[in-house]
Amino acid sequence: MKNQLADEGLREDLISNEDLRSQSEELITALVGNLSSSESPDLDSDEWSPVIEILGGIAITRARQGFSPRETGNFLFSLKEALLVVLQQEISNDPQTLFNESLKINRIMDNLSVITFETFIKGREEVILRQTDEIAEISTPVIRLWDGILALPIIGTLDSARTQVVMENLLQEIVATGSSIAILDISGVPAVDSLVAQHLMKTVSATRLMGAECIISGIRPEIAQTVVHLGIDLSNIITKSTLASALAYSFKIMKLEVRKANTLQKI
Amino acid sequence: MDKIPILRMGPFLLVTIQVDLYDRLALSLEADLVQTVNKTNAKGVLIDISAVSIVDSFMGRIIGNIAGMCKILDAETVVVGMQPAVAITLIELGLPLKGVHTALDVEKGMTMLKSMIDLSEDDDDQEAIEDDHIIE
Amino acid sequence: MTISLSKDSVQVVKEQDAVFLKNRVKEIAVKIKMGLVNQTRLITAASELVRNMLRYANGGLCVIEVVSSGRINGVRLTFIDKGPGIPDIGQAMRDGFSTGRSLGLGLPGTKRLVNEFDIKSKVGEGTTVTILKWANG
Repeated sequence: MKNQLADEGLREDLISNEDLRSQSEELITALVGNLSSSESPDLDSDEWSPVIEILGGIAITRARQGFSPRETGNFLFSLKEALLVVLQQEISNDPQTLFNESLKINRIMDNLSVITFETFIKGREEVILRQTDEIAEISTPVIRLWDGILALPIIGTLDSARTQVVMENLLQEIVATGSSIAILDISGVPAVDSLVAQHLMKTVSATRLMGAECIISGIRPEIAQTVVHLGIDLSNIITKSTLASALAYSFKIMKLEVRKANTLQKI
Repeated sequence: MDKIPILRMGPFLLVTIQVDLYDRLALSLEADLVQTVNKTNAKGVLIDISAVSIVDSFMGRIIGNIAGMCKILDAETVVVGMQPAVAITLIELGLPLKGVHTALDVEKGMTMLKSMIDLSEDDDDQEAIEDDHIIE
Repeated sequence: MTISLSKDSVQVVKEQDAVFLKNRVKEIAVKIKMGLVNQTRLITAASELVRNMLRYANGGLCVIEVVSSGRINGVRLTFIDKGPGIPDIGQAMRDGFSTGRSLGLGLPGTKRLVNEFDIKSKVGEGTTVTILKWANG
Protein backbone atom coordinates (compact mmCIF):
# COMPACT_ATOMS: atom_id res chain seq x y z
CA MET A 1 0.00 0.00 0.00
CA LYS A 2 2.80 2.35 0.88
CA ASN A 3 4.26 2.03 -2.57
CA GLN A 4 0.96 2.89 -4.16
CA LEU A 5 0.20 5.88 -2.02
CA ALA A 6 3.61 7.30 -2.80
CA ASP A 7 3.15 6.79 -6.46
CA GLU A 8 2.31 9.77 -8.68
CA GLY A 9 -0.23 7.66 -10.40
CA LEU A 10 -2.60 7.95 -7.49
CA ARG A 11 -5.87 9.35 -8.78
CA GLU A 12 -7.73 10.44 -5.71
CA ASP A 13 -10.45 11.92 -7.85
CA LEU A 14 -11.28 8.63 -9.46
CA ILE A 15 -10.90 6.14 -6.64
CA SER A 16 -11.05 6.47 -2.89
CA ASN A 17 -8.31 5.15 -0.64
CA GLU A 18 -10.62 2.57 0.81
CA ASP A 19 -11.53 1.15 -2.58
CA LEU A 20 -7.84 1.07 -3.46
CA ARG A 21 -7.09 -0.83 -0.26
CA SER A 22 -9.82 -3.39 -0.77
CA GLN A 23 -8.88 -3.91 -4.44
CA SER A 24 -5.25 -4.42 -3.48
CA GLU A 25 -6.12 -6.79 -0.65
CA GLU A 26 -8.30 -8.92 -2.85
CA LEU A 27 -5.61 -9.18 -5.47
CA ILE A 28 -2.81 -9.89 -3.03
CA THR A 29 -4.75 -12.62 -1.24
CA ALA A 30 -5.47 -14.44 -4.49
CA LEU A 31 -1.96 -13.91 -5.80
CA VAL A 32 -0.18 -15.11 -2.66
CA GLY A 33 -2.38 -18.18 -2.55
CA ASN A 34 -1.24 -19.15 -6.05
CA LEU A 35 2.42 -18.27 -5.57
CA SER A 36 2.81 -20.51 -2.57
CA SER A 37 1.11 -23.46 -4.19
CA SER A 38 2.82 -23.74 -7.56
CA GLU A 39 6.44 -24.23 -8.57
CA SER A 40 6.49 -23.05 -12.18
CA PRO A 41 3.22 -21.35 -12.69
CA ASP A 42 1.19 -21.74 -15.85
CA LEU A 43 -0.97 -18.65 -16.07
CA ASP A 44 -3.42 -20.35 -18.39
CA SER A 45 -4.25 -23.05 -15.87
CA ASP A 46 -7.46 -23.06 -13.87
CA GLU A 47 -5.87 -22.27 -10.52
CA TRP A 48 -4.75 -18.90 -11.84
CA SER A 49 -8.15 -17.94 -13.18
CA PRO A 50 -9.39 -16.30 -9.96
CA VAL A 51 -6.35 -13.98 -10.01
CA ILE A 52 -6.87 -13.19 -13.67
CA GLU A 53 -10.55 -12.57 -13.06
CA ILE A 54 -9.84 -10.11 -10.28
CA LEU A 55 -7.23 -8.38 -12.43
CA GLY A 56 -9.60 -8.28 -15.38
CA GLY A 57 -12.27 -6.75 -13.18
CA ILE A 58 -9.90 -4.08 -11.91
CA ALA A 59 -8.71 -3.29 -15.43
CA ILE A 60 -12.17 -2.95 -16.91
CA THR A 61 -13.55 -0.80 -14.10
CA ARG A 62 -10.54 1.48 -14.41
CA ALA A 63 -10.97 1.70 -18.17
CA ARG A 64 -14.57 2.72 -17.73
CA GLN A 65 -13.75 5.21 -15.00
CA GLY A 66 -11.26 6.94 -17.27
CA PHE A 67 -7.91 5.91 -15.79
CA SER A 68 -4.99 6.11 -18.22
CA PRO A 69 -3.31 2.84 -19.21
CA ARG A 70 -0.15 3.96 -17.38
CA GLU A 71 -2.05 4.49 -14.15
CA THR A 72 -3.65 1.09 -14.37
CA GLY A 73 -0.30 -0.52 -15.18
CA ASN A 74 1.36 1.24 -12.26
CA PHE A 75 -1.12 -0.39 -9.92
CA LEU A 76 0.42 -3.72 -10.86
CA PHE A 77 4.02 -2.51 -11.00
CA SER A 78 3.85 -1.13 -7.50
CA LEU A 79 2.74 -4.59 -6.39
CA LYS A 80 5.69 -6.21 -8.18
CA GLU A 81 8.12 -3.89 -6.46
CA ALA A 82 6.58 -4.60 -3.09
CA LEU A 83 6.86 -8.35 -3.72
CA LEU A 84 10.50 -8.10 -4.78
CA VAL A 85 11.34 -6.07 -1.69
CA VAL A 86 9.67 -8.67 0.52
CA LEU A 87 11.57 -11.41 -1.33
CA GLN A 88 14.89 -9.66 -0.71
CA GLN A 89 14.11 -9.35 2.97
CA GLU A 90 13.31 -13.05 3.26
CA ILE A 91 16.10 -14.56 1.17
CA SER A 92 18.89 -12.17 2.17
CA ASN A 93 21.64 -14.79 2.51
CA ASP A 94 21.33 -16.79 -0.73
CA PRO A 95 21.88 -14.63 -3.81
CA GLN A 96 21.33 -17.48 -6.28
CA THR A 97 17.94 -18.47 -4.85
CA LEU A 98 17.04 -14.79 -4.48
CA PHE A 99 17.81 -14.26 -8.15
CA ASN A 100 15.84 -17.35 -9.26
CA GLU A 101 12.80 -16.48 -7.20
CA SER A 102 12.99 -12.83 -8.31
CA LEU A 103 13.07 -14.01 -11.90
CA LYS A 104 9.96 -16.10 -11.31
CA ILE A 105 8.11 -13.26 -9.68
CA ASN A 106 9.19 -10.98 -12.50
CA ARG A 107 7.90 -13.34 -15.14
CA ILE A 108 4.57 -13.85 -13.39
CA MET A 109 3.99 -10.15 -12.76
CA ASP A 110 4.95 -9.20 -16.31
CA ASN A 111 2.48 -11.71 -17.71
CA LEU A 112 -0.21 -10.39 -15.41
CA SER A 113 0.63 -6.86 -16.58
CA VAL A 114 0.14 -7.80 -20.20
CA ILE A 115 -3.19 -9.39 -19.36
CA THR A 116 -4.15 -6.25 -17.50
CA PHE A 117 -3.33 -4.04 -20.48
CA GLU A 118 -5.23 -6.26 -22.91
CA THR A 119 -8.31 -6.21 -20.72
CA PHE A 120 -7.97 -2.47 -20.30
CA ILE A 121 -7.89 -1.93 -24.05
CA LYS A 122 -10.95 -4.11 -24.51
CA GLY A 123 -12.79 -2.02 -21.93
CA ARG A 124 -11.93 1.18 -23.82
CA GLU A 125 -13.04 -0.34 -27.10
CA GLU A 126 -16.43 -1.12 -25.63
CA VAL A 127 -16.82 2.52 -24.59
CA ILE A 128 -15.92 3.65 -28.12
CA LEU A 129 -18.40 1.24 -29.70
CA ARG A 130 -21.18 2.43 -27.45
CA GLN A 131 -20.44 6.05 -28.24
CA THR A 132 -20.35 5.32 -31.97
CA ASP A 133 -23.83 3.82 -31.77
CA GLU A 134 -25.11 6.84 -29.87
CA ILE A 135 -23.65 9.26 -32.41
CA ALA A 136 -25.17 7.29 -35.25
CA GLU A 137 -28.58 7.57 -33.64
CA ILE A 138 -28.42 11.31 -33.06
CA SER A 139 -27.08 12.35 -36.42
CA THR A 140 -29.88 11.14 -38.69
CA PRO A 141 -33.04 12.91 -37.59
CA VAL A 142 -36.19 12.78 -39.69
CA ILE A 143 -38.37 15.88 -39.72
CA ARG A 144 -41.93 16.10 -40.94
CA LEU A 145 -41.79 19.42 -42.74
CA TRP A 146 -45.34 19.30 -43.98
CA ASP A 147 -48.10 16.84 -44.54
CA GLY A 148 -46.47 14.41 -46.94
CA ILE A 149 -43.05 16.09 -47.00
CA LEU A 150 -40.08 14.76 -45.02
CA ALA A 151 -36.73 16.41 -44.46
CA LEU A 152 -33.54 14.56 -43.52
CA PRO A 153 -30.68 16.91 -42.70
CA ILE A 154 -27.38 15.09 -42.55
CA ILE A 155 -24.59 16.48 -40.45
CA GLY A 156 -20.99 15.35 -40.54
CA THR A 157 -18.92 13.12 -42.78
CA LEU A 158 -20.79 10.68 -44.94
CA ASP A 159 -19.09 7.37 -45.45
CA SER A 160 -20.43 4.44 -47.38
CA ALA A 161 -21.78 2.65 -44.31
CA ARG A 162 -23.55 5.74 -42.95
CA THR A 163 -25.11 6.54 -46.32
CA GLN A 164 -26.61 3.05 -46.38
CA VAL A 165 -28.13 3.63 -42.95
CA VAL A 166 -29.50 7.01 -44.06
CA MET A 167 -31.01 5.39 -47.15
CA GLU A 168 -32.77 2.65 -45.19
CA ASN A 169 -33.99 5.19 -42.64
CA LEU A 170 -35.36 7.51 -45.32
CA LEU A 171 -37.27 4.75 -47.10
CA GLN A 172 -38.71 3.36 -43.87
CA GLU A 173 -39.90 6.80 -42.79
CA ILE A 174 -41.55 7.35 -46.16
CA VAL A 175 -43.59 4.20 -45.63
CA ALA A 176 -44.26 4.93 -41.96
CA THR A 177 -45.51 8.48 -42.59
CA GLY A 178 -46.98 7.95 -46.04
CA SER A 179 -45.00 10.93 -47.31
CA SER A 180 -44.61 11.37 -51.04
CA ILE A 181 -41.58 13.64 -50.93
CA ALA A 182 -38.32 13.29 -48.98
CA ILE A 183 -35.75 16.09 -48.99
CA LEU A 184 -32.21 14.93 -48.26
CA ASP A 185 -30.24 17.97 -47.14
CA ILE A 186 -26.48 17.59 -47.28
CA SER A 187 -25.42 21.17 -46.51
CA GLY A 188 -23.75 19.82 -43.37
CA VAL A 189 -21.66 17.35 -45.35
CA PRO A 190 -18.16 18.59 -46.19
CA ALA A 191 -17.26 16.09 -48.90
CA VAL A 192 -18.68 13.27 -50.96
CA ASP A 193 -16.75 10.52 -52.72
CA SER A 194 -17.92 8.48 -55.68
CA LEU A 195 -19.13 5.57 -53.55
CA VAL A 196 -21.26 7.87 -51.42
CA ALA A 197 -22.57 9.60 -54.55
CA GLN A 198 -23.57 6.20 -55.91
CA HIS A 199 -25.45 5.40 -52.72
CA LEU A 200 -27.22 8.76 -52.86
CA MET A 201 -28.36 8.04 -56.40
CA LYS A 202 -29.47 4.59 -55.30
CA THR A 203 -31.52 6.27 -52.59
CA VAL A 204 -33.26 8.49 -55.13
CA SER A 205 -33.93 5.55 -57.46
CA ALA A 206 -35.30 3.38 -54.68
CA THR A 207 -37.56 6.22 -53.52
CA ARG A 208 -38.95 6.63 -57.03
CA LEU A 209 -39.42 2.88 -57.39
CA MET A 210 -41.59 2.94 -54.30
CA GLY A 211 -43.74 5.69 -55.77
CA ALA A 212 -42.35 8.70 -53.91
CA GLU A 213 -39.80 11.39 -54.81
CA CYS A 214 -36.45 12.31 -53.29
CA ILE A 215 -34.89 15.74 -53.67
CA ILE A 216 -31.31 16.45 -52.71
CA SER A 217 -30.65 19.91 -51.37
CA GLY A 218 -27.74 21.83 -49.90
CA ILE A 219 -25.03 20.60 -52.22
CA ARG A 220 -21.92 22.65 -51.48
CA PRO A 221 -20.06 24.14 -54.46
CA GLU A 222 -17.01 21.99 -53.63
CA ILE A 223 -19.13 18.86 -53.83
CA ALA A 224 -20.64 20.01 -57.14
CA GLN A 225 -17.09 20.35 -58.45
CA THR A 226 -16.03 16.92 -57.18
CA VAL A 227 -19.10 15.27 -58.63
CA VAL A 228 -18.48 16.64 -62.12
CA HIS A 229 -14.77 15.83 -61.95
CA LEU A 230 -15.58 12.26 -60.95
CA GLY A 231 -17.78 12.03 -64.01
CA ILE A 232 -20.92 11.27 -62.02
CA ASP A 233 -24.12 12.01 -63.90
CA LEU A 234 -26.69 13.69 -61.68
CA SER A 235 -29.00 14.78 -64.48
CA ASN A 236 -31.71 12.35 -63.36
CA ILE A 237 -31.75 13.68 -59.84
CA ILE A 238 -33.62 16.72 -58.64
CA THR A 239 -31.18 18.96 -56.82
CA LYS A 240 -31.87 22.28 -55.11
CA SER A 241 -29.33 24.58 -53.52
CA THR A 242 -31.23 25.09 -50.28
CA LEU A 243 -33.75 23.25 -48.17
CA ALA A 244 -36.05 26.26 -48.62
CA SER A 245 -36.05 26.02 -52.40
CA ALA A 246 -36.54 22.25 -52.14
CA LEU A 247 -39.62 22.91 -49.99
CA ALA A 248 -40.95 25.47 -52.48
CA TYR A 249 -40.44 22.96 -55.27
CA SER A 250 -42.23 20.28 -53.26
CA PHE A 251 -45.24 22.56 -52.79
CA LYS A 252 -45.30 23.13 -56.53
CA ILE A 253 -45.32 19.39 -57.31
CA MET A 254 -48.07 18.84 -54.80
CA LYS A 255 -50.01 21.72 -56.32
CA LEU A 256 -49.97 23.66 -53.07
CA GLU A 257 -49.83 27.43 -53.01
CA VAL A 258 -48.55 29.79 -50.35
CA ARG A 259 -50.41 33.09 -50.44
CA LYS A 260 -50.57 36.15 -48.31
CA ALA A 261 -53.77 36.13 -46.27
CA ASN A 262 -56.34 38.67 -47.42
CA THR A 263 -56.98 41.36 -44.84
CA LEU A 264 -60.46 42.67 -45.53
CA GLN A 265 -61.18 45.98 -44.00
CA LYS A 266 -64.69 46.32 -42.66
CA ILE A 267 -66.04 49.79 -42.82
CA MET B 1 -53.98 -24.96 -56.79
CA ASP B 2 -54.37 -21.47 -55.32
CA LYS B 3 -55.77 -18.68 -57.36
CA ILE B 4 -55.07 -15.05 -56.70
CA PRO B 5 -58.36 -13.15 -56.29
CA ILE B 6 -59.04 -10.13 -58.49
CA LEU B 7 -61.25 -7.48 -56.93
CA ARG B 8 -63.21 -4.93 -58.88
CA MET B 9 -63.23 -1.32 -57.66
CA GLY B 10 -65.23 0.74 -60.09
CA PRO B 11 -63.29 1.11 -63.32
CA PHE B 12 -60.23 -0.49 -61.68
CA LEU B 13 -59.09 -3.95 -60.70
CA LEU B 14 -57.17 -4.72 -57.50
CA VAL B 15 -54.84 -7.68 -57.10
CA THR B 16 -53.23 -8.35 -53.72
CA ILE B 17 -50.25 -10.69 -53.81
CA GLN B 18 -49.69 -12.46 -50.54
CA VAL B 19 -48.08 -15.75 -51.43
CA ASP B 20 -44.85 -16.73 -53.11
CA LEU B 21 -45.54 -16.45 -56.84
CA TYR B 22 -44.38 -19.70 -58.34
CA ASP B 23 -44.36 -20.30 -62.11
CA ARG B 24 -47.81 -21.80 -62.64
CA LEU B 25 -49.51 -19.34 -60.30
CA ALA B 26 -47.86 -16.37 -62.02
CA LEU B 27 -48.91 -17.51 -65.48
CA SER B 28 -52.49 -18.10 -64.39
CA LEU B 29 -52.54 -14.64 -62.80
CA GLU B 30 -51.45 -13.08 -66.08
CA ALA B 31 -54.16 -14.95 -67.96
CA ASP B 32 -56.89 -14.19 -65.40
CA LEU B 33 -56.05 -10.50 -65.28
CA VAL B 34 -56.01 -10.07 -69.01
CA GLN B 35 -59.37 -11.84 -69.34
CA THR B 36 -60.90 -9.77 -66.54
CA VAL B 37 -59.60 -6.45 -67.90
CA ASN B 38 -61.18 -7.33 -71.21
CA LYS B 39 -64.47 -8.51 -69.74
CA THR B 40 -64.96 -5.55 -67.39
CA ASN B 41 -63.41 -2.97 -69.67
CA ALA B 42 -61.25 -1.91 -66.75
CA LYS B 43 -59.16 1.22 -67.18
CA GLY B 44 -56.61 0.48 -64.49
CA VAL B 45 -54.99 -2.35 -62.53
CA LEU B 46 -53.55 -2.00 -59.04
CA ILE B 47 -51.07 -4.65 -57.92
CA ASP B 48 -50.59 -4.55 -54.16
CA ILE B 49 -47.23 -6.01 -53.14
CA SER B 50 -47.13 -4.66 -49.58
CA ALA B 51 -47.03 -8.23 -48.27
CA VAL B 52 -44.25 -9.32 -50.61
CA SER B 53 -40.82 -9.36 -49.02
CA ILE B 54 -38.84 -10.86 -51.91
CA VAL B 55 -39.10 -9.69 -55.50
CA ASP B 56 -36.64 -11.44 -57.79
CA SER B 57 -36.13 -11.06 -61.54
CA PHE B 58 -38.88 -13.60 -62.25
CA MET B 59 -41.46 -11.66 -60.29
CA GLY B 60 -40.21 -8.44 -61.84
CA ARG B 61 -40.72 -9.93 -65.26
CA ILE B 62 -44.27 -11.00 -64.42
CA ILE B 63 -45.13 -7.49 -63.25
CA GLY B 64 -43.63 -6.05 -66.42
CA ASN B 65 -45.62 -8.55 -68.50
CA ILE B 66 -48.86 -7.65 -66.76
CA ALA B 67 -48.23 -3.94 -67.33
CA GLY B 68 -47.51 -4.56 -71.00
CA MET B 69 -50.57 -6.74 -71.60
CA CYS B 70 -52.91 -4.35 -69.81
CA LYS B 71 -51.55 -1.38 -71.72
CA ILE B 72 -52.45 -3.08 -74.97
CA LEU B 73 -55.99 -3.44 -73.63
CA ASP B 74 -55.98 0.27 -72.72
CA ALA B 75 -55.54 -0.17 -68.99
CA GLU B 76 -52.75 1.35 -66.90
CA THR B 77 -50.95 -0.63 -64.20
CA VAL B 78 -49.82 0.77 -60.84
CA VAL B 79 -47.78 -1.25 -58.38
CA VAL B 80 -48.38 -0.19 -54.78
CA GLY B 81 -46.88 -0.86 -51.37
CA MET B 82 -43.35 -1.81 -52.36
CA GLN B 83 -41.29 -2.48 -49.21
CA PRO B 84 -38.07 -0.43 -48.78
CA ALA B 85 -35.83 -3.51 -48.68
CA VAL B 86 -37.43 -4.72 -51.90
CA ALA B 87 -36.89 -1.34 -53.60
CA ILE B 88 -33.21 -1.27 -52.62
CA THR B 89 -32.68 -4.85 -53.78
CA LEU B 90 -34.40 -4.23 -57.11
CA ILE B 91 -32.16 -1.23 -57.82
CA GLU B 92 -29.04 -3.23 -56.98
CA LEU B 93 -30.28 -6.19 -59.00
CA GLY B 94 -30.63 -3.82 -61.94
CA LEU B 95 -34.26 -4.58 -62.78
CA PRO B 96 -35.65 -1.72 -64.87
CA LEU B 97 -39.40 -2.38 -64.35
CA LYS B 98 -40.20 -0.21 -67.35
CA GLY B 99 -43.72 0.90 -68.09
CA VAL B 100 -44.75 0.25 -64.50
CA HIS B 101 -46.10 3.10 -62.42
CA THR B 102 -45.71 2.94 -58.68
CA ALA B 103 -47.44 4.49 -55.70
CA LEU B 104 -47.03 4.21 -51.95
CA ASP B 105 -50.44 2.71 -51.22
CA VAL B 106 -53.76 1.72 -52.77
CA GLU B 107 -55.30 5.15 -52.12
CA LYS B 108 -52.49 7.07 -53.82
CA GLY B 109 -52.47 4.44 -56.59
CA MET B 110 -56.15 5.05 -57.32
CA THR B 111 -55.62 8.83 -57.34
CA MET B 112 -52.84 8.28 -59.87
CA LEU B 113 -55.01 6.06 -62.05
CA LYS B 114 -57.90 8.54 -61.93
CA SER B 115 -55.69 11.40 -63.10
CA MET B 116 -54.26 9.24 -65.89
CA ILE B 117 -57.76 8.36 -67.06
CA ASP B 118 -58.93 12.00 -66.91
CA LEU B 119 -56.03 13.01 -69.10
CA SER B 120 -56.79 10.35 -71.70
CA GLU B 121 -60.47 11.28 -71.72
CA ASP B 122 -59.49 14.90 -72.43
CA ASP B 123 -57.52 13.60 -75.42
CA ASP B 124 -60.62 11.74 -76.69
CA ASP B 125 -62.75 14.88 -76.43
CA GLN B 126 -60.07 16.85 -78.24
CA GLU B 127 -59.98 14.31 -81.08
CA ALA B 128 -63.78 14.44 -81.42
CA ILE B 129 -63.70 18.24 -81.80
CA GLU B 130 -60.96 18.06 -84.41
CA ASP B 131 -62.92 15.44 -86.39
CA ASP B 132 -65.90 17.81 -86.51
CA HIS B 133 -63.72 20.51 -88.04
CA ILE B 134 -62.46 18.15 -90.71
CA ILE B 135 -65.99 17.17 -91.74
CA GLU B 136 -66.99 20.79 -92.15
CA MET C 1 -9.78 -16.74 -42.27
CA THR C 2 -13.39 -17.75 -42.75
CA ILE C 3 -14.43 -20.77 -40.79
CA SER C 4 -17.60 -22.77 -41.15
CA LEU C 5 -19.70 -22.99 -38.00
CA SER C 6 -22.59 -25.11 -39.23
CA LYS C 7 -23.60 -26.95 -42.38
CA ASP C 8 -27.00 -27.89 -43.78
CA SER C 9 -28.04 -29.21 -47.20
CA VAL C 10 -31.25 -28.85 -49.14
CA GLN C 11 -32.01 -30.95 -52.18
CA VAL C 12 -33.92 -28.89 -54.75
CA VAL C 13 -35.93 -30.86 -57.28
CA LYS C 14 -39.25 -29.07 -57.60
CA GLU C 15 -40.58 -25.56 -57.03
CA GLN C 16 -41.77 -26.24 -53.48
CA ASP C 17 -38.19 -27.10 -52.54
CA ALA C 18 -37.19 -23.59 -53.61
CA VAL C 19 -39.77 -22.12 -51.24
CA PHE C 20 -38.49 -24.35 -48.44
CA LEU C 21 -34.91 -23.31 -49.20
CA LYS C 22 -35.74 -19.62 -49.04
CA ASN C 23 -37.50 -20.06 -45.72
CA ARG C 24 -34.55 -21.97 -44.31
CA VAL C 25 -32.11 -19.27 -45.45
CA LYS C 26 -34.31 -16.63 -43.85
CA GLU C 27 -34.38 -18.55 -40.56
CA ILE C 28 -30.62 -18.76 -40.45
CA ALA C 29 -30.11 -15.14 -41.48
CA VAL C 30 -32.41 -14.02 -38.69
CA LYS C 31 -30.55 -16.25 -36.22
CA ILE C 32 -27.22 -14.57 -36.92
CA LYS C 33 -28.94 -11.20 -36.57
CA MET C 34 -28.60 -10.14 -40.21
CA GLY C 35 -30.25 -6.77 -40.95
CA LEU C 36 -33.51 -6.81 -42.90
CA VAL C 37 -32.15 -5.29 -46.09
CA ASN C 38 -29.23 -7.74 -46.13
CA GLN C 39 -31.66 -10.60 -45.53
CA THR C 40 -33.66 -9.45 -48.54
CA ARG C 41 -30.52 -9.22 -50.67
CA LEU C 42 -29.39 -12.71 -49.65
CA ILE C 43 -32.75 -14.40 -50.17
CA THR C 44 -33.28 -12.63 -53.50
CA ALA C 45 -29.85 -13.82 -54.65
CA ALA C 46 -30.71 -17.36 -53.51
CA SER C 47 -34.02 -17.10 -55.37
CA GLU C 48 -32.23 -16.20 -58.60
CA LEU C 49 -29.71 -19.01 -58.29
CA VAL C 50 -32.17 -21.71 -57.30
CA ARG C 51 -34.41 -20.69 -60.18
CA ASN C 52 -31.49 -21.11 -62.57
CA MET C 53 -30.82 -24.55 -61.12
CA LEU C 54 -34.42 -25.64 -61.62
CA ARG C 55 -34.81 -24.13 -65.04
CA TYR C 56 -31.56 -25.14 -66.68
CA ALA C 57 -30.29 -28.12 -64.69
CA ASN C 58 -33.37 -29.94 -63.42
CA GLY C 59 -32.52 -29.05 -59.86
CA GLY C 60 -29.51 -29.62 -57.66
CA LEU C 61 -28.14 -29.28 -54.16
CA CYS C 62 -27.85 -26.19 -51.99
CA VAL C 63 -25.44 -26.21 -49.06
CA ILE C 64 -26.22 -23.65 -46.35
CA GLU C 65 -23.37 -22.72 -44.01
CA VAL C 66 -23.03 -20.28 -41.17
CA VAL C 67 -19.52 -18.88 -41.34
CA SER C 68 -17.45 -16.64 -39.15
CA SER C 69 -14.50 -14.38 -39.74
CA GLY C 70 -13.30 -13.19 -36.39
CA ARG C 71 -16.14 -11.22 -34.88
CA ILE C 72 -18.57 -11.17 -37.76
CA ASN C 73 -20.89 -13.93 -38.86
CA GLY C 74 -22.28 -14.61 -42.30
CA VAL C 75 -24.18 -17.07 -44.44
CA ARG C 76 -22.56 -18.97 -47.28
CA LEU C 77 -24.69 -20.72 -49.89
CA THR C 78 -23.29 -23.17 -52.41
CA PHE C 79 -25.48 -24.18 -55.35
CA ILE C 80 -24.28 -27.38 -57.00
CA ASP C 81 -25.93 -28.78 -60.09
CA LYS C 82 -25.12 -31.41 -62.72
CA GLY C 83 -26.65 -29.45 -65.56
CA PRO C 84 -25.36 -28.51 -69.00
CA GLY C 85 -22.82 -26.03 -67.63
CA ILE C 86 -22.10 -22.51 -68.86
CA PRO C 87 -19.80 -22.35 -71.90
CA ASP C 88 -18.73 -18.71 -71.56
CA ILE C 89 -18.78 -17.52 -67.95
CA GLY C 90 -17.30 -14.16 -68.88
CA GLN C 91 -20.22 -13.42 -71.14
CA ALA C 92 -22.74 -14.67 -68.58
CA MET C 93 -21.29 -12.26 -66.03
CA ARG C 94 -21.78 -9.26 -68.28
CA ASP C 95 -24.91 -7.17 -67.79
CA GLY C 96 -27.45 -7.56 -70.53
CA PHE C 97 -26.58 -11.14 -71.47
CA SER C 98 -29.54 -13.44 -72.02
CA THR C 99 -30.07 -17.00 -73.24
CA GLY C 100 -33.78 -17.46 -72.74
CA ARG C 101 -36.62 -15.01 -72.43
CA SER C 102 -34.95 -11.77 -71.32
CA LEU C 103 -32.68 -11.29 -68.32
CA GLY C 104 -31.11 -14.74 -68.74
CA LEU C 105 -29.22 -16.01 -65.70
CA GLY C 106 -29.23 -12.75 -63.78
CA LEU C 107 -25.68 -13.45 -62.55
CA PRO C 108 -24.20 -9.94 -62.61
CA GLY C 109 -27.20 -8.61 -60.70
CA THR C 110 -26.95 -11.44 -58.15
CA LYS C 111 -23.26 -10.72 -57.67
CA ARG C 112 -24.06 -7.13 -56.71
CA LEU C 113 -26.31 -8.31 -53.89
CA VAL C 114 -23.68 -10.35 -52.05
CA ASN C 115 -20.25 -9.80 -50.53
CA GLU C 116 -18.50 -12.75 -52.17
CA PHE C 117 -19.43 -14.52 -55.39
CA ASP C 118 -17.70 -17.47 -57.04
CA ILE C 119 -18.72 -19.55 -60.03
CA LYS C 120 -17.22 -22.68 -61.55
CA SER C 121 -18.73 -24.43 -64.51
CA LYS C 122 -17.84 -27.20 -66.94
CA VAL C 123 -19.86 -27.88 -70.06
CA GLY C 124 -21.52 -31.29 -69.83
CA GLU C 125 -20.68 -31.67 -66.15
CA GLY C 126 -22.40 -28.94 -64.19
CA THR C 127 -22.12 -25.66 -62.36
CA THR C 128 -21.24 -24.63 -58.82
CA VAL C 129 -22.06 -21.13 -57.57
CA THR C 130 -20.97 -19.99 -54.12
CA ILE C 131 -22.21 -16.77 -52.52
CA LEU C 132 -21.44 -15.25 -49.14
CA LYS C 133 -23.29 -12.49 -47.28
CA TRP C 134 -22.04 -11.05 -44.00
CA ALA C 135 -24.61 -10.28 -41.35
CA ASN C 136 -23.86 -6.58 -41.48
CA GLY C 137 -21.91 -4.89 -44.25
